[in-house]
Amino acid sequence: MIIADSLVKRFSNQTVVKGVSFQVERGEVLGVLGPNGAGKSTTLRMLAGCLEPDGGQARLNGFDSALQRREAQTYLGYLPEGAPAYPSMTPLSYVRFCLRARGFSGSALKDAADHALERARMGKMAHKSISDLSKGYKRRAALAAAIAHDPPILILDEPTDGLDPNQKDAVRALMAEMAPKKAIIISTHLLDEVETMCSRAIVIADGEVRANASPHELMHLGREVSLASAFRTLTAPTEPLHTPSQICHHGDGS
Amino acid sequence: MTGLYALYRRELAAYFQTPLAYVFLSVFALAAPGFTWQAGALFDTGRADLAPLFDYLPWLLLFLMPALAMRAWAEERDRGTLEMLLATPMSLWSAAGAKFLAAWTMAACALILTFPLWIAMNYLGAPDNGAIATGYGGALLLAGAYLALGQALSATTPNQVIAFVLGAGACFLVTITGLPFVFDMLADHLPGASAEALGELSALARFESLRRGVVTLRDVLYFLSLIGLGLTLSVTLIDARRGGGR
Repeated sequence: MIIADSLVKRFSNQTVVKGVSFQVERGEVLGVLGPNGAGKSTTLRMLAGCLEPDGGQARLNGFDSALQRREAQTYLGYLPEGAPAYPSMTPLSYVRFCLRARGFSGSALKDAADHALERARMGKMAHKSISDLSKGYKRRAALAAAIAHDPPILILDEPTDGLDPNQKDAVRALMAEMAPKKAIIISTHLLDEVETMCSRAIVIADGEVRANASPHELMHLGREVSLASAFRTLTAPTEPLHTPSQICHHGDGS
Repeated sequence: MTGLYALYRRELAAYFQTPLAYVFLSVFALAAPGFTWQAGALFDTGRADLAPLFDYLPWLLLFLMPALAMRAWAEERDRGTLEMLLATPMSLWSAAGAKFLAAWTMAACALILTFPLWIAMNYLGAPDNGAIATGYGGALLLAGAYLALGQALSATTPNQVIAFVLGAGACFLVTITGLPFVFDMLADHLPGASAEALGELSALARFESLRRGVVTLRDVLYFLSLIGLGLTLSVTLIDARRGGGR
């Protein structure tokens, strides 16, 4: 359902995504791991149709995210990095707006909004202004908007960032509940999340896919049998960040 | 069109969910009659018309419309909500159209707030209400042109203050080319045809005939073209961001 085929993206002559390829089928939850600045969010933005790739192709349910953007996005629920939402709205009005923008109306709109807010466990907070909510509730409001139209494809950029352990468990339970019927991509920095939520994971570093395997297989790619060890091994820079002479130079300068 | 209506509703509600709408409408409701009475000396003219209002309206709109337009895209970029909008199956034309129509609705509300002046004129004398209606129509078109330009420039930056300065600057330029002293200055430095062409492009010159009650297709098309240009620029600039421009 989700195909990333040799995706390339350049910003100001710097290539930040260098031929990323992977596929996700219905029933799969793909974890996207990688250090900061590895190209994870840029890859997800290209899949979501928010950025056009400079090379390669992103397809959602058979539709090209760049050339058939609106058709592709019909099948998509997307939680951008930082879970942005309009602060002057309530989670209820925000979810309803997102549904209206997708053509929902009447009782279908009301039912879908109520169901999404219930699944995101917003409770009474659904009626408070988003600007007054904690970071965790804001993220849950944005998550509710992403899942409200019950899309077959979900792309979630760090969905549990800023959530407390109980909230994280709730989101993980929600993913487990939705997983059999959807193709889901989750970008995360939390390795335990990959173990508990994902059926497969890719590791992106320096704009390239360094590994694409199940969490269990991934564990064996490091020096020790753990995801942390595999992550360190796979994302280690191919060249040292500073040569001894550079470090010395910086030291002299200060 | 579904997305357009949804976003239009959200944008209009957003004006009233913050102090912006109340401040904007209050300032307009006080400033428009203020200029008309004080600077325009409404009661000293001895005529039952709203000429003093329409004399100062372009200058008031020149600052207030960019203030209304500055948030359109700059705020979306600053808050990151533009990415959420770009991920919905809504065309960029619908998004730009919805934002423009919501702001234009606010401008219409502001113009309606000057109705006590119209009532006063009808109470004191027998004004040409047809000419006044044409003047209001012209003011609405002028406001639309300023809004469309302001919104296009709002797409160039995530900073609303910069968006306002750029918008007000662009509206100022579009307006002043019709002033006699600017026209004379242009005529001194440019070939005759170029100076005349620039003078013809002035929003002020186009508004002049409408405020006198003369409706020509050329003037209406001029304002609609400016609105179309602003919307096209908005869509092009936002689409360029999708292509990777930061």
